[in-house]
Amino acid sequence: MTSRQEPGRLLVVDDNKVNRILLARGLEGNGHTVETAENGRQALEKMRTGSFDLVLLDIEMPEMNGYQVLEVCIKDDELRNIPIIMTSSLDEVESVVKCVELGAEDYLNKPVNPVLLRARVNASLEKKRLRDQQRKLIRTFATKEVAEELLKSGFSLGGSLVNASVMFTDIRSFTTITEERSPAEIIEMLNDYYALMFDAITGHGGTINQMIGDGIMAIFGAPVYYEDHRERAVRAALEMLELLASFNEVQAALDKPQIKIGVGVATGNVVAGFTGTQHRATYTCIGDTVNLAARIESHTKVVGHPILIDQYTSEGLSPEIELDALGPVVFKGKHQPINIFSIKLKSQ
Amino acid sequence: MTAIDITTFNELKQMSGEDFINELIDAFLDDAPNMIKAMRIAIAARDVETFRRNAHSLKSNANTFGAAELAGLARELEIMAKDYNLNIGNRLEVLSEALKVVADELKGLRV
Repeated sequence: MTSRQEPGRLLVVDDNKVNRILLARGLEGNGHTVETAENGRQALEKMRTGSFDLVLLDIEMPEMNGYQVLEVCIKDDELRNIPIIMTSSLDEVESVVKCVELGAEDYLNKPVNPVLLRARVNASLEKKRLRDQQRKLIRTFATKEVAEELLKSGFSLGGSLVNASVMFTDIRSFTTITEERSPAEIIEMLNDYYALMFDAITGHGGTINQMIGDGIMAIFGAPVYYEDHRERAVRAALEMLELLASFNEVQAALDKPQIKIGVGVATGNVVAGFTGTQHRATYTCIGDTVNLAARIESHTKVVGHPILIDQYTSEGLSPEIELDALGPVVFKGKHQPINIFSIKLKSQ
Repeated sequence: MTAIDITTFNELKQMSGEDFINELIDAFLDDAPNMIKAMRIAIAARDVETFRRNAHSLKSNANTFGAAELAGLARELEIMAKDYNLNIGNRLEVLSEALKVVADELKGLRV
């Protein structure tokens, strides 16, 4: 093991004073900052306020024992991120197995061997640092809830059939824009544009799953299921257009090009899941609904309305959202005509 | 010195550091009599769980200091409590005597 280890903030939980002192002194000797708690209840209070990197948790305690603490932590979105090492006597093997199954990171036998203590603690801290980095990375692409869900489900590759709303967005007059402007200016404009669109999408619980050219594909209702995913998708679309309107005002004032977009939303069953390898995976979805959403988005050009949705999406909206029925459309590759609705913008 | 295995004790001293071995010994001398007291009260109250937990703690600490005999006695009581058997006879008195011997030795080992 390298000596590159950074010190961490540790919480030692043990009802037994000798064990507390022993663990705390040993860990302080390795450069860590240590706080102690005498029982499970006290430990949870400290964990909620103390931003600890690691907890060493005794199993046998009055008031609230180690299992109970562990059970609370596993169900709590914040506390779940703090790794827990169980400390137990040699004859508690069964209890230790139970704790590791519940979600404990590791275990140490008491009396604690100093070499093992150092190694196990450093390994857990290193793993936590990696997980924190991973979490930060995922949060760049999704909301906190989605990121937590992804981390919890452990990135298992493979799909499942889910009911979700798929959204396609494309810039309408992008080609003319690129011809007129310098590449640096285009990239800057696109970055601003994406920042606004991502914000609107993730703000309503959507997940961006692809960026194709200047187009964005997003999914609502997976990987985290929301009962109202249709409403969320449409509200996200409305917010995207609102944000874009303010963006365009600024662009116009600076004599810079303005962006026009089209948004298409379709709802139905999709096969969604992680594709790729364990090291590089993306969340994606496939199915007729995805193709339909892309076709509907394309159709915004034909009818000149910025937000179009299919009938199934329209059936999941609250009455405040105003829509116009545009009648049935037969899309390329589809046999059945699809009823299309246009969403009225809030300013209209 | 018979009640405490000096090799185990020296390892402990090495781990905690010379500075803290006194703190550890004092914590044990403070706590251990309370554990036995809690076990006595638990017997009277037929509180198997509290009895077992205190026997467990005493066993754990005795092992830490290398007091094998004391640990063995505490462990025996812990196992009985696990079987919901509180017919312990005079075992608590024996445990108490063993603790006295360990305590005296530990006082001599303070730095």
